[in-house]
Amino acid sequence: MEKLNELTIKQAQDDLKKKEFSSVELTEACLKRIKERNKDINAFITVCEESALEEAKKADEMLGQGIGGPLTGIPFCAKDSISTKNVRSTAAAKILDNYIPPFNATVIEKIRKQGGVLLGKNNCDTFGHGASNENSMYGSVRNPHDLDKVSGGSSGGTAASVADNMCVYGIAEDTGGSIRQPASFCGIAGLRPSYGRNSRYGIMPMASSLDTVGPMAKTVEDTAIIMEQIAGQDSLDATTVSGAVPEYTKILNKSIKGLRVGVPKEYYEAPGMDGEVLEITKLKIKKLEELGCEIVDVSLPHTKYAIAVYYIVVPCEVSSNLGRLDGVRYGVRVETDNLFDLYARSRAQGFHEEVKRRILIGTYALSAGYYDAYYKKAQQVRTLIRQDFDKVFKDVDVLIAPASPFPAFTIGEKVADPMQMYLADVFTTPAGLAGIPGLSVPGGKTKSGLPVGIQIMGPMMGEGVLLNIGSNIC
Amino acid sequence: MALTIEEVRKIGQLARIELTKKEEKRHAETISAVLDYMKILNEVDTADVEPTCQVTGLEDVWREDVPLGCNIRTELIKQMPEVESNELVVPAVFE
Repeated sequence: MEKLNELTIKQAQDDLKKKEFSSVELTEACLKRIKERNKDINAFITVCEESALEEAKKADEMLGQGIGGPLTGIPFCAKDSISTKNVRSTAAAKILDNYIPPFNATVIEKIRKQGGVLLGKNNCDTFGHGASNENSMYGSVRNPHDLDKVSGGSSGGTAASVADNMCVYGIAEDTGGSIRQPASFCGIAGLRPSYGRNSRYGIMPMASSLDTVGPMAKTVEDTAIIMEQIAGQDSLDATTVSGAVPEYTKILNKSIKGLRVGVPKEYYEAPGMDGEVLEITKLKIKKLEELGCEIVDVSLPHTKYAIAVYYIVVPCEVSSNLGRLDGVRYGVRVETDNLFDLYARSRAQGFHEEVKRRILIGTYALSAGYYDAYYKKAQQVRTLIRQDFDKVFKDVDVLIAPASPFPAFTIGEKVADPMQMYLADVFTTPAGLAGIPGLSVPGGKTKSGLPVGIQIMGPMMGEGVLLNIGSNIC
Repeated sequence: MALTIEEVRKIGQLARIELTKKEEKRHAETISAVLDYMKILNEVDTADVEPTCQVTGLEDVWREDVPLGCNIRTELIKQMPEVESNELVVPAVFE
């Protein structure tokens, strides 16, 4: 038999039901893999061995009674910026080094309630602030395909642990590419859902008007299985939309003949585009053509402004959202005899350099006299970026492009220059700003063995068609 | 647009983040580079363009006004950095 930790959700589900093995055995296989590999990859900040085995035992009981759901007994991990009840959640920030949430994020609650087994919490760029996982206060994550390369970010630990079979699947967060880009760098599937599709209750916020939470998995089918379980309206998150969650697993591997697939030229003419990434993307476009899709050249003229808009809107919202972390009610406090120093020193010691940079940029851009020039201007250009997508989706069903202009880069290569790191998000920020969904699927590998991800973007609530196309080309 | 070290220090105070001299210098340099890049937005004519504040179009979302389970007092107190007689201790707010 295949090693249990290498199984997909679909495979594990069937075998657990048939009692080929137990959830405890499956969980032990994952924990063993974590023990062997995490010291090299650094994908976990917290591993909860004891509670995972307890949860697996309970899941086995549920399976024995024939109750539970599709994720019962299946070991998963979650990005550390997602609140998990009784399991330390640091968001890779020292200011939360000792923080144990007394509640689950809604998406985690849905999984744990049906007997999902939480293996641990994944390393990430602190609070999601980064594109390589080097902005963690718990060390960089290494890419399982080449330990000298970055895992991508910000959900790098989740991507690496899925790719390296330390878990069966993961739950992560995407604001401007944090699921799609590391999925691409590590060779797995990752879905950024439409804004409003999944509840963000219990997700530590980065930029509230963009943040989404979604699945990272070994296959497109698994991604669909997870989405069916975690999506839907939540009274604890007023930005979630009403309406039934589609049965994503029932619309996979269906004919895509006649679908109109847009190829946005701005994504293919981007400076710094890697030749092999371009070649692999074109092969997938050819495959779509063979499957009967109509390939259409389209233009999203405001694409080149997305990074500038993103890095104004995000720091502004960050500076407001992270105001709650001050060492007063929870987290790590630096003791002083006056309140101002308590705030200023707790935040100085507990925040990573990049977090400080974003708070400073946001505080500056929102201050009197600069608001119109930065925040308002950025939000106006954001409207134009959204309108580009609205217009193009009147003509085509989906868009296809690389998830990143290049494969995983070398650790240390971009970290000294924040602007270079910001530009690594160039293909994923536009969808984030528009709130539309994007699926990153493995497209192939470069000659040196690094994965390349293909991104399929669709209109709001268009996850179903993305997953169907993904299942057809992987 | 170059941000001076004095401006960085002032923003740091507003944001309640103590910065070392070295940090002030590095943030002045890197943030100036970022703000410089943002100039690209001046190319775009945004006259009469409405700003995007949200993307769902949802407005006035209500829920039933019923009590929810929030009996986690002990757990919350456990997370507090300093506690005395079940109350949070902070430095004096008024002098």
